[in-house]
Amino acid sequence: MLSKRIIPCLDVKDGRTVKGVNFVNLIDAGNPVELAWQYAQQGADELVFLDISATNEKRKTTLEMVKAVALQLNIPFTIGGGISSIEDADALLNAGADKISINSAAVKNPKLIEDLANTFGKQFVVLAVDSKEINNKNIVHLNGGRLATDLETENWIKQAEEMGAGEILLTSMDFDGTKKGFDCKLLAKINAQINIPIIASGGAGNIQHFTEVFETAKVDAALAASIFHFGEVKIPELKLELKNNNIAVRI
Amino acid sequence: MIGIINYGAGNIFSLTAALNRQNIAFGMINKPEEIDLYSHLIIPGVGHAGLAMQKLQESMLVEDIKKTTKPVLGICVGMQLLTQSSEEGNCNLLNIFPLKTLLFDKKLGIKIPHMGWNEIYFNSNPLFEGIKTETQFYFVHSYYIEQSEKYSIAKANYGLSFSAAIQKDNFYGVQFHPEKSGIAGEQLLKNFSQI
Repeated sequence: MLSKRIIPCLDVKDGRTVKGVNFVNLIDAGNPVELAWQYAQQGADELVFLDISATNEKRKTTLEMVKAVALQLNIPFTIGGGISSIEDADALLNAGADKISINSAAVKNPKLIEDLANTFGKQFVVLAVDSKEINNKNIVHLNGGRLATDLETENWIKQAEEMGAGEILLTSMDFDGTKKGFDCKLLAKINAQINIPIIASGGAGNIQHFTEVFETAKVDAALAASIFHFGEVKIPELKLELKNNNIAVRI
Repeated sequence: MIGIINYGAGNIFSLTAALNRQNIAFGMINKPEEIDLYSHLIIPGVGHAGLAMQKLQESMLVEDIKKTTKPVLGICVGMQLLTQSSEEGNCNLLNIFPLKTLLFDKKLGIKIPHMGWNEIYFNSNPLFEGIKTETQFYFVHSYYIEQSEKYSIAKANYGLSFSAAIQKDNFYGVQFHPEKSGIAGEQLLKNFSQI
């Protein structure tokens, strides 16, 4: 049976991981290669790197980082942030990335999804969507939730699937950072209307939240950042708990 | 030494990185005469089977691959190329295995692509030396090779039971990505290099 995936997300800036990471045995918490390797050892099924470098110039450093990670890492990883063209994606593919995630560039130019899928295959194209509820509607947001678009989350994801997105990374901006659990209602609704894998993101605070999102929203994967980085949720314990709840995982 | 068939279908960075981590020597095969330089061959492959076959034909390597007696390992689309035909692009393939590559049917209540970690089940085979049956490997594919009594050496389940690995004489194929499948995947690559 296909396992539910656990995915730590790492923010990288200028080729270095940022945000506090609190592993006791880490020599250099800013070193993405070391961090990625540690997560693979702990049993992470996949990793997501989100590049928050401000300029294209700095993103070149990210390319070097992707290469360094790909040389060492024996599990798949996705890189997102600032990808807006076939050329950007091609450079990342050649540097060893398994998937890329696109967000605002796809909203501005939906055809990008189609072009990427036709060039690299849909399995390479993850569409990241930041959703926020406004007047009982789920609205796609950009710029980390600061900028509302005209798009309704349900419609946008459906359109993206038709255009060739291979996977959806859905973050609920209403739940992100709250640690009160994933937005199971939204995730279940979206999941029911698509036939590609969906990664739940935003709101994880404890182990039970993962059980809940897999059981109720039936998502394919769950992503979190700080709770993993600070060791509040440890991946081996998380997986054991999921297994005890009869959720298929890789131990 | 392993020769990687370098026919331009997909990225091989992850594969070469995994071989490097295992200290397995390798080189690239770009034209037929280079096959002689290597003891083992790997056919990688990501993307569209029909296009991959087209590229393989352009590389002029088809006949030499078909008649080689060296151990050959096809990975993912590289495995599918070893079969008779694929529904992806309705194309004829190398026909080393009289098996068909078919599209997963979403009517089975599954999402397509089959993406992620899934168990494989196998009986003893040199390719799986030191690996336990039911170990999970990383898969990413929308097309699968039908199950075969004769040629399947490992099977996996996703809506139906399909060939996770096949073998016929010196030809091996794996549907999953050993280069992305953690320690077990690295072990498999090592095993292949020692066949």
